[in-house]
Amino acid sequence: MDTLDLARWQFAITTVYHFFFVPVTISLVAITAGLQTAWYRTGKEKYLRLTKFYGKLFLINIAMGVVTGLVQEFQFGMNWSDYSRFVGDVFGAPLALEGLLAFFLESTFIGLWMFGWDRLPKLVHLGCIWMVVLGTQLSAYFILAANSWMQNPVGFRYNAERGRAELTDLWAVLTNKVVLVTYPHTIFAAFMVGGAFVAGVALWHLIRRPDVDKGVFRSALKIGASIVLVASAGVAISGDLQGKVMTEVQPMKMAAAEALYETEKPASFSVLTIGTLDGSKEIFSIKVPYLLSFLATGHFDGEVQGINSLQDAYEKLYGPGSYNPNIPLTYWTFRLMIGVGMASAAVALWLLWTTRRGRAPARWLVYLAAPLPLLPMAANTFGWIFTETGRQPWLVFGLLPTASGVSPGTTSGEVITSLVGFTVLYGVLAVVETKLLLRTIRGGLAGTDGPAEPPDDAPDKAAEKPLSFAY
Amino acid sequence: MELTTVWFVAIATLWTGYFVLEGFDFGVGMLYRVLGRDEPERRAAISTIGPVWDGNEVWLIMAGAATFAAFPEWYATLFSGFYLPLFAILVGLILRGVALEYRGKRDDPVWRSRMDAMIVAGSLLPALLWGVAFGNIVRGVPLDAEHEYVGSLGTLLNPFALLGGLTFVAVFVTHGAIFLALRTTDDLRLRANRLATRAGAVAAVLAIAFLVWAQALRGDTVSVGLAIAAVVAFGGGLVANVMRREGWAFAGTTFAIGLSVVSLFVALFPDVMPSTLDPASTLTTVEAASTPYTLKVMTIITAIFFPMVLLYQGWTYWVFRKRVMVTA
Repeated sequence: MDTLDLARWQFAITTVYHFFFVPVTISLVAITAGLQTAWYRTGKEKYLRLTKFYGKLFLINIAMGVVTGLVQEFQFGMNWSDYSRFVGDVFGAPLALEGLLAFFLESTFIGLWMFGWDRLPKLVHLGCIWMVVLGTQLSAYFILAANSWMQNPVGFRYNAERGRAELTDLWAVLTNKVVLVTYPHTIFAAFMVGGAFVAGVALWHLIRRPDVDKGVFRSALKIGASIVLVASAGVAISGDLQGKVMTEVQPMKMAAAEALYETEKPASFSVLTIGTLDGSKEIFSIKVPYLLSFLATGHFDGEVQGINSLQDAYEKLYGPGSYNPNIPLTYWTFRLMIGVGMASAAVALWLLWTTRRGRAPARWLVYLAAPLPLLPMAANTFGWIFTETGRQPWLVFGLLPTASGVSPGTTSGEVITSLVGFTVLYGVLAVVETKLLLRTIRGGLAGTDGPAEPPDDAPDKAAEKPLSFAY
Repeated sequence: MELTTVWFVAIATLWTGYFVLEGFDFGVGMLYRVLGRDEPERRAAISTIGPVWDGNEVWLIMAGAATFAAFPEWYATLFSGFYLPLFAILVGLILRGVALEYRGKRDDPVWRSRMDAMIVAGSLLPALLWGVAFGNIVRGVPLDAEHEYVGSLGTLLNPFALLGGLTFVAVFVTHGAIFLALRTTDDLRLRANRLATRAGAVAAVLAIAFLVWAQALRGDTVSVGLAIAAVVAFGGGLVANVMRREGWAFAGTTFAIGLSVVSLFVALFPDVMPSTLDPASTLTTVEAASTPYTLKVMTIITAIFFPMVLLYQGWTYWVFRKRVMVTA
């Protein structure tokens, strides 16, 4: 493998890994903030205990999200220096905004929330976690605006003399129609992960230790499963809108998602097709007529362009070469994203049904507890692999081919060192984190009693107590 | 002031803030195993940085992102050229960040000692390598006409840069020890104070050698003045430390680090990456910069939001201003 392939593998591994933690962080902090708000307003102890329990799990998770995010920022310069030179003027701005507006907010207020239980007045302490929620949302928005610019470059002009893209309209970048649909899609998808996590943990406790904190975990199960259901509706609606925008700005990606080689009008959606890789022959397929036309264009008889005609058009536009992404990969990740996502919504619905009116969940359901959070997490991952590989061979669609973005001076030895280093380190940390999560989950609510609730007026004597929650 | 200069100042400010702030939490990270004789003492020592270290690290993320946005060529040349040291810094910061969060999550001596090892290594390695990196930026590295780094790892490990690395470690250890003396009580406080004196003497020798060498390489009147002021501040801090005036001592090391970093940036300006091969290959602020439009919108947004960041980060230090007691 040459430097380009190695750099691509490294980016894929570190990004996919980073994105295991991001959706959990985004949703779990908001759920924790919601639980703490419920406690603040009702004074019910169960909400305080759930806040501390899920808050602790959130902290374990975000630690990994933060440290793996650092790698992402450095990696643009380390492995993709020509990309950085090309896009820095445009792409750097949302990235810097993310740091200035989001990361400072998140990190500072997490510190205040974590250590402030005994020092801050109740309402101020509650405000701190909502500031973290705000930070995660801003962070998601800015980084998705940066990514959306790579999918659909807007608000710039190409400077041929400098050989780079230059920003002409920051507002256009921040209101790119791709980010306007990608942001809600990503956030709803994140809430499916967090809701399933909350529900899965609660389900495990209800079955394994039905006598301990039953009422509290029943609430958690309902809250979690309901969040999954509501979020899945949001994912479906925003995903439908996103499909239409994508068909417009990156028709090749959507044609590849369907493995649609020839332009069709009307086009049918294939639920599952097994065929030869070049699409010349179908062996077996299940198709829903008109559906693809509707998904792509909003009309049941709309025309959907096929890969072959798009390839011809792109060759005329950009010169000779292949403009096809990896079609089996886009086809299957697209289907798995939708299928696994729908399956997780179905499981959540069924869980709510079987535990209605105080019924205890069946014992064998414990086998669902562990995979439940993993299902939407997998759907998230498939979604990102689809959207990023579907853009290939472009780094910035229509502007910068992936092969032109790699660092010219970096040796394959350097990239191998860091690729192997990060992979091994990430593997070890995955084991450490999973063990710690499972241990904390098993500890249950009892393990999170810790120091008492925050004082109403933060008296100075509280300063004598040890700092809580972390060390 | 011209906008490229404004952003050069902004980036110098971010790095200065980063080394002043993370400097003490690196120092605490390197020291708490040595200074804390038992678990309650270690927990107290590490609690002094608990609420703030993560916020401190964002200054680094911000320095990186601002360089990417304001000086893409600088970001590209620096990050691809210093590949392996940056990789090692990342590994260090990952180990440290995870261990700081996970250390207290299990009550088990084996777990804790593993996390301790990660925190010590993860504080030492980045401190050392940032010194090496900054030494190289100031000294200059081989760049070709395309501003592409053409040296090897060995090129980066030259005596001047290695001295820079040792200086950073020694100064941060001193800064961290003084911070611990300022933030703890009883025996721990006393031990931190004594260690600061000894580490400070070593740091002073290294820092003077490094700053003199740096100024000899590319200093001007202003940067020499700043470097002298930094040495004076450091000396003042050490005297205050001996007199057990911990607040003044910390102010001294804070100013010393701040002034030293500023003196290095002043010496560097208007270049951002000097080339040792051919002066014509040197990367300057103007060549590295983004367009005036990008710099203008970023200036406006930063002018609005950066003061807010300073306010709420400052508030954190105020909320946790009480000394941390050692509790069993």
